[in-house]
Amino acid sequence: MRSVSIIGVGLTKFGEHWDKGFRELIVEAASKAVVDAGIEGKEIQAIYGGVMASGRLIGQEHIGALLADQLGMNPIASTRVEAACASGGVAVRSGFLAVASGAYDVVAVGGGEKMTDVSAEDVATALGGAGDQEWELFNGATFPALYALMARRHMLEYGTTEEQLAAVAVKNHSNGALNPLAQYQREITVEDVMNSGYIASPLKLLDCSPITDGAAAVILCATEKLKQLAPNGDAVEIAASAQASDSLALASRKSMSEVASTKVAANDAYRTAGVGPKDIDVAEVHDCFTIAEVMAIEALGFFPKGTGGKATEDGETELNSTISVNTSGGLKAAGHPIGATGIKQVSEIVLQLRGKADKRQVNDAQVGLAQNVGGSGATTVIHILRRRK
Amino acid sequence: MNEALPLIWRRIPERYNMLGSKCLNCGTPYFPQRKMCPKCRRKGKIVAEKMPTEGTIYSFTEVHAAPKGFEQETPYFLAMVELSNGVRVLSQVVDSPADKIKIGAPVNMVFRKISEDGEEGVIAYGYKFKVK
Ligand SMILES: [Zn+2]
Repeated sequence: MRSVSIIGVGLTKFGEHWDKGFRELIVEAASKAVVDAGIEGKEIQAIYGGVMASGRLIGQEHIGALLADQLGMNPIASTRVEAACASGGVAVRSGFLAVASGAYDVVAVGGGEKMTDVSAEDVATALGGAGDQEWELFNGATFPALYALMARRHMLEYGTTEEQLAAVAVKNHSNGALNPLAQYQREITVEDVMNSGYIASPLKLLDCSPITDGAAAVILCATEKLKQLAPNGDAVEIAASAQASDSLALASRKSMSEVASTKVAANDAYRTAGVGPKDIDVAEVHDCFTIAEVMAIEALGFFPKGTGGKATEDGETELNSTISVNTSGGLKAAGHPIGATGIKQVSEIVLQLRGKADKRQVNDAQVGLAQNVGGSGATTVIHILRRRK
Repeated sequence: MNEALPLIWRRIPERYNMLGSKCLNCGTPYFPQRKMCPKCRRKGKIVAEKMPTEGTIYSFTEVHAAPKGFEQETPYFLAMVELSNGVRVLSQVVDSPADKIKIGAPVNMVFRKISEDGEEGVIAYGYKFKVK
């Protein structure tokens, strides 16, 4: 397989866009990515679109065709990719594989979700489709409830506290305050989190990522064709792309206090990139709930198993500390427009490695990692990016 | 949760009687039923197996924000129950004092209404658990 680089990134503001629909959001993100790549657009040979629940949320399927049409890219191939909350990351991986294989030289990867056109209950039901509908959601489970069950095990097995979980939200809001595209750009305190009401105990409102509209896009190019096809872009190399699966039902997992699919994908990605957890300068991890970030930084090997909560409380994941985690604000503060999330994570790492992350810049960032999770861990997709010498 | 009648009807043996399956090749019990043993795949031999109706709470949560069909029940307790054969099932915990619902508490299965789909909708029944 040949080396693949990211030459352009584009994001909309994340938040509640009453005045914009899915089409406007995705066209905005894709247009920004093309401009950022310094290409005309006609170099793009295929599109991969990450969207989770457009059928439930906006009544629209066949998103691949919609993207090619709205972006003025007909008749090139355009394919929708769905892996619940990992749809965006898996779309990036699909584009990566298509370029790495030699099938295409340049592809566009876009993703987004328009979530505020339906009620919060309808969003909850749509997101429930990421879990085991017939055997867990049917019995009254919700997504917060599944992660709450995991949190309770983590607390029992390792002594993790609700305050330590709150520290994740506090840190991510602090980063979000430095990101002009984040949904929430305000700081919160541990007290704020502890006083927000229970959604599914022990998880409270401020342990949960919000409902968000938004879109993100990246342009990928074969590294060997950069000079010829994208001489003006500030390219970052994809050093590894890895993906792993686990049971859809939480009940079928061996352990509920770890995300096994993340461990498998991480080992694969580290091996391919020839780096280890200690080499990662900046990471975007899937903090759909605070406990998810704790389990992520353990499974990725940043901290020993069971110590993620304490490490967060001790400030080790803050900007420019031991390892800078979720500099964008994460899903918690930047927002979680499902299909866009995995692509936004990769975009944030690109900005960091380019040294263009402004107030939230990690000093001398050379290697970055993005971890995107579907459901309660049934899919993990990981990308490791490296600054080009 | 808007399940259609054929789906509800199809799952009655599992939801009413906790009828799961077992692989005769490796001895692993499964619930819900599987048609293929993930450990043995083609070498496996799947047969029906009734699950034990007793177990302990492996983890639990109190749900305050309910999905559609469960709005009337909030807050309600949900648990990951580990059955006596080691199989885990996610289920509601009912008819139990809140202070008795904790990890390790012994529970047994009871048969209850799970959800209803609006005034003219289908009522779905199935298993829940109760602290002994
Ligand atoms: Zn078997």
